[in-house]
Amino acid sequence: MALVGRIALALALAVALYGVGASVHGARRARRDWVDSGRRAVYALAAILTVAIAILEVAFVSNDFAYDTVAATSSTTTPLLYRAAALWSSQQGSLLLWVWLLSIWSSVAIYITRNRLRDVVPYATAVLLGFGAFFASLLVFFDSPFAYTSPAPTDGSGLDPLLRNPSMLIHPPMLYSGYTFFTIPFAFAVGALIVRRVDADWIRVTRRFALASWLFLGIGVILGAHWSYYELSWGGYWGWDPVENAALMPWLISTAFLHSVMIQEKRGMLKIWNASLVLAAGTLAILGTFLVRSGILQSIHAFGASTLGVPFVILIGVMVSGSVYLVVSRRDILRSEHVLDSLLSREAVFLLNNIVLVALCFVVFWGTFFPLVSKAATGTAAVVGPPWFDRYTVPLALILVLLSGIGPAIAWRRATLANARRNFALPVAAAGLMAIAAYTIVPIGSSPGVVLLFCAAMFVFASIGQEFWRGWRARRAMSGDSPPRALYSMVRRNRRRYGGYIVHVGIAVLFIGVAASATLQSKRDGVQLQVGQSTVVGGFTMRYVRATGSVVTDPANTGAVLNIGAVLRVSRGGHYVTTLRPSTGYYPAAATVIPGQAIESLIGATAVSQVALQSSLRRDLWASITPRGAPLPEEGLIAGADKVIAKFRPSEQLAVAYYLLANGILKHYLKYPPPATFTLISSPLVMWIWLGGLIVFLGGLTALWPAPSAIRGRVRARYLARVAQELGRA
Amino acid sequence: MTPPRKRQVRLVVSLTLAVLLASGLIYTSFSAASPALTPSQLLRQAHPDTNYQLTGTVVKGSVREQRDGVLDFSLADRAGGGPSVAIVYSGTVPAPFEVGRELIVTGEIHGSRFVAQPGSMITKCPSKYSAAPSGSSA
Repeated sequence: MALVGRIALALALAVALYGVGASVHGARRARRDWVDSGRRAVYALAAILTVAIAILEVAFVSNDFAYDTVAATSSTTTPLLYRAAALWSSQQGSLLLWVWLLSIWSSVAIYITRNRLRDVVPYATAVLLGFGAFFASLLVFFDSPFAYTSPAPTDGSGLDPLLRNPSMLIHPPMLYSGYTFFTIPFAFAVGALIVRRVDADWIRVTRRFALASWLFLGIGVILGAHWSYYELSWGGYWGWDPVENAALMPWLISTAFLHSVMIQEKRGMLKIWNASLVLAAGTLAILGTFLVRSGILQSIHAFGASTLGVPFVILIGVMVSGSVYLVVSRRDILRSEHVLDSLLSREAVFLLNNIVLVALCFVVFWGTFFPLVSKAATGTAAVVGPPWFDRYTVPLALILVLLSGIGPAIAWRRATLANARRNFALPVAAAGLMAIAAYTIVPIGSSPGVVLLFCAAMFVFASIGQEFWRGWRARRAMSGDSPPRALYSMVRRNRRRYGGYIVHVGIAVLFIGVAASATLQSKRDGVQLQVGQSTVVGGFTMRYVRATGSVVTDPANTGAVLNIGAVLRVSRGGHYVTTLRPSTGYYPAAATVIPGQAIESLIGATAVSQVALQSSLRRDLWASITPRGAPLPEEGLIAGADKVIAKFRPSEQLAVAYYLLANGILKHYLKYPPPATFTLISSPLVMWIWLGGLIVFLGGLTALWPAPSAIRGRVRARYLARVAQELGRA
Repeated sequence: MTPPRKRQVRLVVSLTLAVLLASGLIYTSFSAASPALTPSQLLRQAHPDTNYQLTGTVVKGSVREQRDGVLDFSLADRAGGGPSVAIVYSGTVPAPFEVGRELIVTGEIHGSRFVAQPGSMITKCPSKYSAAPSGSSA
């Protein structure tokens, strides 16, 4: 089947190249048949790549170690779900996933627009297929996922234990979906600029894809943060790592675009800005994919010396220069139809929101690439840490939260004093009450930054709540519906608007969690405890009650052979609060017993902490354990056991190793537990981050959901009226 | 003030603000940055009392855990084969710490040893995107 896979990839490359040629030829010669053929090439690409990825997935699930990538990243001891996810743990597999998702989303976009934008679509098709050809050529010429070894090894190296986390199943596909969705607005923007059709029509067509890319990438980022929070060694939920930043940058730009696009749709303004944002987001998505593979920056994501840096640099160079050329050469037709009437208007607030988001993106970009800048300037690569990022991002985030409360309530074109008083009296009062509460009731008064953010968030809740209330009341008065039905009907008929409002609430909730947990956290790092000893963290007393352990039975189902842990009793003021059970899992280092190192063969691979977490809306209690001994516990006993095992016949050694591990080494550890090292954290409101992410997701989904047909009809009628008006003017 | 004049003033003010902010950004990034070095670079160019971010792989046979919780080990360049730097580290040792694992520590050089800040050790996410292992591909 590997041969079929290779043929499929070669065919995919050929089809993509043909499609580029057919689409461009069809567009230039006005040949509808060639344009249709180019469109069908997109569908064919998706079908061929589906075959290719299915072959590779079957190889992973069925343990076909003849495939080099399966042997390198999976094994018989890797649980089934993680074997399936191991496909995207390798470079080749992840590239195949990337191009497959690209082909699927491109097919959807091209199918939806098959009867629209007839002049723009052929060029957009060519751009999408160009991306497809680029990634297919990487898989054909540089790094094939279908390389195989004969005879096949009996077992593989296994998926790295650090990746055996449920997030591995969904975090990478979400990020890749986000990245690949960005190529669709990019392609349509290029097409629109080539044919000089810069009205809001191409934006209307691709806005849903921009929203989908924003949503998927956002989910990917939140899931990545959640995963990092559960890992002892990855620096918490956000560490300003280059790869985290790589995903954040296009997300920030697309957030700006989703706001400014409304101004173009409503007022015909900001055309250059919107085209630039779409092109920048598409380029940043490719930059993110490149960063993960280039090894040009130091990151907690340890990238090997990949050979794909040069092709990616060429692609990004073409995208940047092509984008700049298109925008500059079309600047005459990209002029705004109207000017900003007042700085006190929704347009101005959206513009300010855009400036803040772009400034945030620039800060993240500069900090991420600073090692390269400093190396070019001084000869030595230097890095800026989280404090540098925080210095700029915290005030900008604060402004952003505040704007997300002002935007929905301020009038279009020009706000009057009466309008401002009517819309902002309640939000300002709510923010004021929050400030008073912060210094009297809730103990956060000692952190002015947190107080400001809480006040800004309260301003947002009141502002959005007021908008919902007014809309709901009007809907009830008009329709006479019951309260729940009126609310449902109101949101259903204005999904984009109310979906956006829900997103704003989610962002405010998320930032509350970030601000509180980052500044009010209590942490004891590397505290050594013996059984019976206790320590205090943030007012909580944590006592090491007893050591725990198991062989083969892994509670987290990650394939760990040995688990060593602890029972921690948590109390406050003498009252029992909860029990935490952190553990560390030890994984097989080899598929078979290594002579003289039988126990290391069973448990000598990377050990992984299984963090214990007691999570609530108010506070998280987080604990991890590192058993004494580096890298394995009971090293003296292990050496002795290995000597005993070596005396048995090779066919018996594995069974004896398991027996001694369970009945000798583990029993000894449990009977005489040595001191263990703990990291203990008490952190307020962390759950608000995930809750905020969930609200953002629900809001995004609400905005993304197709509108009812009647409403679509009205929108279409409005659009046709506008076209007619423009034709009349021309 | 006429509308075009108003727009010009807004543009000048915006651009001035942008330039000022960018200048601040550039200045603070250079003043707040720590050199990021590999072990071989550190041995060549390190100065005392300067904070460095050191990235390397744990050398086989170098790991010694002291009774007081201090961990001694050595880091070498990822490419291997070069000189190694002796590290003194206290604080939480992430479970993935092992021989051959790539990690990052932050600290200063004291004599011939690199004294890492407690709790600064970050073990890297597995090498997801390293080049494919060579095999006798048919």
